[in-house]
Amino acid sequence: MPLDLLLEAILGGVLLGCFYAAVSIGLSVAFGLLDVPHIAHPAFVILGAYGAYVLAQNGLDPLLAGALLTPLFFLGGLAVYRFYHAVFERRGTDAGLRGLAFFFGVAFIFEVALILIFGVDQRMVEAAYIGKSVAFGEVRVPLRMLVAVAVAVLLTVVLTLYLSKTFIGRAIKAVAQDETALALMGADPVRVKQWAFGIATATCALAGALMIIVGPVEPGLGRLYIGRTFCVTVLAGLGSMPGTLVAGVILGVAESVVLTSLGSSWAPAVAFGILLLVLGVRPAGLFGR
Amino acid sequence: MREWRAYSFASAAILCAAIVAAGVVRNEYFFFAAYVVLQFIVLATAWNILGGYAGYVNFGSGAFFAVGAYTSVALFKAFAAPLPVLLVAAALVTGALGFAVGVLTLRLRGIFFSIATVAIAVICETVVMNWSFVGGSRGMAVLPPLPVAFASYNRLLFVVMTALALAAVASARYIQTSRIGRGLQAIRDSELAAEAVGVPTLKLKLAAASVSGALMGVAGAPFALYMSFIEPTSAFSLNYAVSALAMPIIGGTASWVGPVIGALLLGTTQQIVTVTISSELNVLVIGVLLVTFVVVAPHGILGLIRSRFVARGAR
Repeated sequence: MPLDLLLEAILGGVLLGCFYAAVSIGLSVAFGLLDVPHIAHPAFVILGAYGAYVLAQNGLDPLLAGALLTPLFFLGGLAVYRFYHAVFERRGTDAGLRGLAFFFGVAFIFEVALILIFGVDQRMVEAAYIGKSVAFGEVRVPLRMLVAVAVAVLLTVVLTLYLSKTFIGRAIKAVAQDETALALMGADPVRVKQWAFGIATATCALAGALMIIVGPVEPGLGRLYIGRTFCVTVLAGLGSMPGTLVAGVILGVAESVVLTSLGSSWAPAVAFGILLLVLGVRPAGLFGR
Repeated sequence: MREWRAYSFASAAILCAAIVAAGVVRNEYFFFAAYVVLQFIVLATAWNILGGYAGYVNFGSGAFFAVGAYTSVALFKAFAAPLPVLLVAAALVTGALGFAVGVLTLRLRGIFFSIATVAIAVICETVVMNWSFVGGSRGMAVLPPLPVAFASYNRLLFVVMTALALAAVASARYIQTSRIGRGLQAIRDSELAAEAVGVPTLKLKLAAASVSGALMGVAGAPFALYMSFIEPTSAFSLNYAVSALAMPIIGGTASWVGPVIGALLLGTTQQIVTVTISSELNVLVIGVLLVTFVVVAPHGILGLIRSRFVARGAR
């Protein structure tokens, strides 16, 4: 591969990777910190994308639409966690198997429901920054990818600060480390986890808006993102927010290089390939606890 | 021993009934629909060997099914191999794939194992998409050979699938009642404790994963001949993965009867809904039923029956 093509692929990959990080960061909280087997995370992101699509059809800016949806998703997340806790976590035994089957079923229902409502066609949105590009010397970068980068970095910084500086943020980190100890300190671990799961779900609204800004969205896309999001979360080291950004960029670059060298049909396998490799070689990830 | 004799007699009777039906029943659609239900019995039973007994949730059943289908398509196209050869070849290939999945269980448990099976599914699909000999992403037509002894090829496949379903259920039943089954249950309850008391966990997991994989592949082997066509999206359809997991969970994972009940019930419902309402809705029905059962009746229909039984006995 010629060098300039490779450089372009790497640059494109970095931008794409930031987007992957934004999509995965909610999972980093839900699965990485809370140990919820949240297979349905990508389905929530797709739901966010369709939410942004519907609002954008009514003349709203898609990114603003995503931001407006976050409180709604936050409440939804609270409800989902409360339900999950009541049905699975409290009963204890066998929760793993059934929790997995539960989220798998939920993701499947979302996908089919979206197909029933919107059909299998790809949907996209229009905004001032979609379709334009900025030139950096020789290379042209699509503006919508820069929007994705900005939101991804913002999300990472805000979540990192939130988890390390605020009281509730530290409580979330504490519940990830030792639930019993937190309970002994007088805090209710279930409420802390519920709050964290709400935040994780809220990021899905923003990530969904980004997804439909970055490219067309269809209901079946969620399955592909199961691999991508879990690859990023595991590679990052469970629960590490800056790690999520780094891991997202690694996946983005790897996918982009494979795309330009082998062709687009091999790209979907990259995330899963990396995931299997990480699980086999270093399950703790890059920045593991 | 006596139970086994009864079981063999019942199996022989069912097989005979299927052969007679294939000769007598006029409606061709009956065989088309019954084949699908039988295929789901094999898939659900196969899933349950690893998922229900040992507690390793496989999300990649669709991939095993499709790899079985594509193995037989490749052999059929290359050598026009006869059906028994296709079945055996599919079992060998997917059995080996299952063995590989079993090796994964060495390091991966719970959700990590499940995601790894999704990974294997997507990688297999990508490979098939890029494999032009079997049609790549566009798919290819497969012309079934002339039927032997039956009026149509689908009738023959119906009888074959009946035999396969009986064989699958017999294997599951054997595994469950033997030492292997008890070992797998110990693994499901606590792998560490099982290991500690001397259960050969790795050997058992490898065996379960291989048998489970081989059965799923066998279920898929006649798929292309049945449809006269194959393409990756429908062969790797998420529908198979969800059904293979939903049917045992709805029926009850603890016993070999559970997946059979689940597959008969859901498979038939699916056929009816597909014909009368729409095929998208039928997929939605599986998803909703899966979630409902997981939440409300964690031990499936079998569990519901058993708890009623126990409640009466206690009174």
